[in-house]
Amino acid sequence: MELNAKIPSGPLAEKWDKHKFDNKLVNPANKRKFSVIMVGTGLAGGSAAASLAELGYNVKCFCYQDTPRRAHSIAAQGGINASKNYQNDGDSVYRLFYDTIKGGDFRSREANVYRLAQVSENIIDQCVAQGVPFAREYGGHLDNRSFGGAQVSRTFYARGQTGQQLLLGCYQALERQIAAGKVKMFPRTEMLDLVIMDGHAKGIVVRDMVTGKISSHVADAVVLATGGYGNVFYLSTNAKGCNVTAAYRAYKRGAVFANPCYTQIHPTCIPVTGDYQSKLTLMSESLRNDGRIWVPKKKGDKRAADEIPEAERDYYLERKYPSYGNLAPRDISSRSAKEACDEGRGIGESGYGVYLDFADAIKRLGENVIRERYGNLFQMYEKITAENPYKGPMRIYPASHYTMGGLWVDYNLESTIPGLFVIGEANFSDHGANRLGASALMQGLADGYFILPYTIADYFVRTGAGKFKEDHPECQKVIDEVTAKTNKLLSIKGKKTVDTFHRELGKLMWDKCGMARSETGLKEALEMIPAIREEFWQNVIIPGSGEELNQTLERAGRVADFLEFGELMCYDALDRDESCGAHFRIEHQTDEGEALRNDDKYAYVAAWEYKGAGQKPELHKEELKFEFVKLAQRSYK
Amino acid sequence: MNLTLYIWRQKNARDKGRMEKYEATDISEHMSFLEMLDVVNEKLESGGKEPIAFDHDCREGICGTCSLTVNGVPHGPDKGTTVCQLHMRRFKDGDSIYIEPWRAKAFPVVKDLIVDRSALDRIIQAGGFVSINTGGAPDANAMPIEKDIAETAFDAAACIGCGACVAACKNASAMLFVAAKVSHLALLPQGQVERERRVVNMIEQMDKEGFGNCTNQYECEAACPKEISVKFIAKMNREYFKALKKK
Repeated sequence: MELNAKIPSGPLAEKWDKHKFDNKLVNPANKRKFSVIMVGTGLAGGSAAASLAELGYNVKCFCYQDTPRRAHSIAAQGGINASKNYQNDGDSVYRLFYDTIKGGDFRSREANVYRLAQVSENIIDQCVAQGVPFAREYGGHLDNRSFGGAQVSRTFYARGQTGQQLLLGCYQALERQIAAGKVKMFPRTEMLDLVIMDGHAKGIVVRDMVTGKISSHVADAVVLATGGYGNVFYLSTNAKGCNVTAAYRAYKRGAVFANPCYTQIHPTCIPVTGDYQSKLTLMSESLRNDGRIWVPKKKGDKRAADEIPEAERDYYLERKYPSYGNLAPRDISSRSAKEACDEGRGIGESGYGVYLDFADAIKRLGENVIRERYGNLFQMYEKITAENPYKGPMRIYPASHYTMGGLWVDYNLESTIPGLFVIGEANFSDHGANRLGASALMQGLADGYFILPYTIADYFVRTGAGKFKEDHPECQKVIDEVTAKTNKLLSIKGKKTVDTFHRELGKLMWDKCGMARSETGLKEALEMIPAIREEFWQNVIIPGSGEELNQTLERAGRVADFLEFGELMCYDALDRDESCGAHFRIEHQTDEGEALRNDDKYAYVAAWEYKGAGQKPELHKEELKFEFVKLAQRSYK
Repeated sequence: MNLTLYIWRQKNARDKGRMEKYEATDISEHMSFLEMLDVVNEKLESGGKEPIAFDHDCREGICGTCSLTVNGVPHGPDKGTTVCQLHMRRFKDGDSIYIEPWRAKAFPVVKDLIVDRSALDRIIQAGGFVSINTGGAPDANAMPIEKDIAETAFDAAACIGCGACVAACKNASAMLFVAAKVSHLALLPQGQVERERRVVNMIEQMDKEGFGNCTNQYECEAACPKEISVKFIAKMNREYFKALKKK
């Protein structure tokens, strides 16, 4: 398989403009002849569905939630980056581009990232025009704050609810198009397979989660905006429903999956308290603007935080990275926390936690300023832990949060299956091996508002409208396959619950393919995952039937896919015999314990092709060419 | 701790439904309320029995999916808290807890504790937006907005669309939900052009969906997990009268 990224030629700053001009356009009167299937209604899917409908295309939009307003983009707290340079602190498109490439440890495409930085400015304009209530200064202009991995203040925010406000902006745009009849919305509907006709993605098979009916939908193109796969670890900051199913089933139909081992572990989450725990809660990275991270200097120091004198505290990020300090990028901060805990200096009952302390900031700025900046986060922390963070430090620990890997796409955001586009977290394109804070919202909206609507038109012109209908035999064939799989799950009637298997897989993935990975560990995981999977298909218990709302059945289908997908992650982590960004192979580190890249051998995108059940997938490499940026060892010291 | 639960079970929209009794044993005070239900459900599943269906997703109080009435109070006893953020330390060993779905004519039960809240989406469709197509926006800083106004607009915009206000109201009124969106957009300069049309259309749709009217009991504000103030209802009423007068 030849991976052609279709990156336009020419100077970096002119590529996107040139490409937009070279792309073919659909005449305004002809747009209504074309239809699109949009799966997922987060920032990427919601903004794309609304924008495509505004242009005149007909959109069928699907989500598993009861309404499009609930997608997990809503939980993003801290903010969204844009190179507006409103603060006059030296920001520019090029600097945002460079910070993102460097933050991703030089494992992303220059052209994609540059385009992302370019359109970042339009996103802020668009969202403000929709009425998104971003934070403002007393003069009435927009406020900014700084975020990890950057030395400028380019993050726009809406209290600690930026994702919510941005999502409601695009949800409202989407509802407007639903009212206009340009979008037909299918909530509580889960995509369970992709339908390919004449080599092109033209339809999907879905299950109505209320009635259980399995049916097909056909359109001129299919867009997946189905988010990330962080729930492969069972415990993550993702919503409970987040899953890999749509992306994974597209992979099984021939879309190659890129860099699955790049998973981001967020440094500031509330630590695990017990076996019953169902999810982890993130505390926004923005807290690191004012909070100082520390552990006791002494091993096994079990004194309460306020009994540990200043001289016996180790502010390890400030010590190791004096110029970035507590704002070091996520991968570095997470790993440092893990190191401190592995040394026996972790805090809390389990020893898996570090302090995030606001005492100095409160002394400097007063409790009111801190409340204004982070009030809702402090409140959330107190609700979950019953501890007051204004009085004592927060306890935090890293948790699975975001996945940089995803379905491989070219510059047009089209996968290796023609007609299948992938946007937002579900694709792999812009964050390399590590995503910087406040860049996920930016990428989701960039893809949805400003990139896909241009690139999909060219595909439409090349392929034409309305060639296939739901009566195509391929639709029935896929419906039959999906129905058979559902029936098989229901017929097992074993003894172990779906969540038991999910927890087992999650723990294994966290131990062997989490914050630190090794050849031995990954090989062990590759032996253990098939065993868990085999037991799942023999011994899982799913009460109820398929012809009704059945939440256990929904979860079972997702866990079945995670049980295959986990293996793919481990293959990728094993192949990448270097450390880069969030992918840390313990065999490859500098003397100071930093990730050690091997650019000669691994400056490529690892794109995996499905080769059948139980078979090792085939690796295809897209070499990353750096024409404009000089590869360097990342330094945040 | 050990608890006795009385939970609404209803097979589907057509089923009549009834309360059923369950025992929740060995519950840790650190569990969230939903994690307690997970434990009960996993036990039911292990025994081949159908677990209790309930809506939930983010489990961090922002998506608005979870929707349980706990001992008669939507989202349970804690102020400004969704039920996913309610923790078992709020209860004590031996307690009986009654768990029901949102109760409102406009929110028909789908199954057990899950209700259909699509009426709220249709109200937004009637006008809860600024009509701006992608691409036509001026520079974000071209329009300064007074900080206090922006903050008040935010207070209204914080609504998570969970519907607790409706469930708490004896009239099953959606006034707080509608007022939050009307106020958010009416306060901001971006919302001015459609200001009158928006409030009239949204209220018309609200009435069409079968929600009741407001009789100033303020139960909605008390139940709202985002503590949205009833002063926005007053604002919406004023917006509505102004708009009608102009018509």
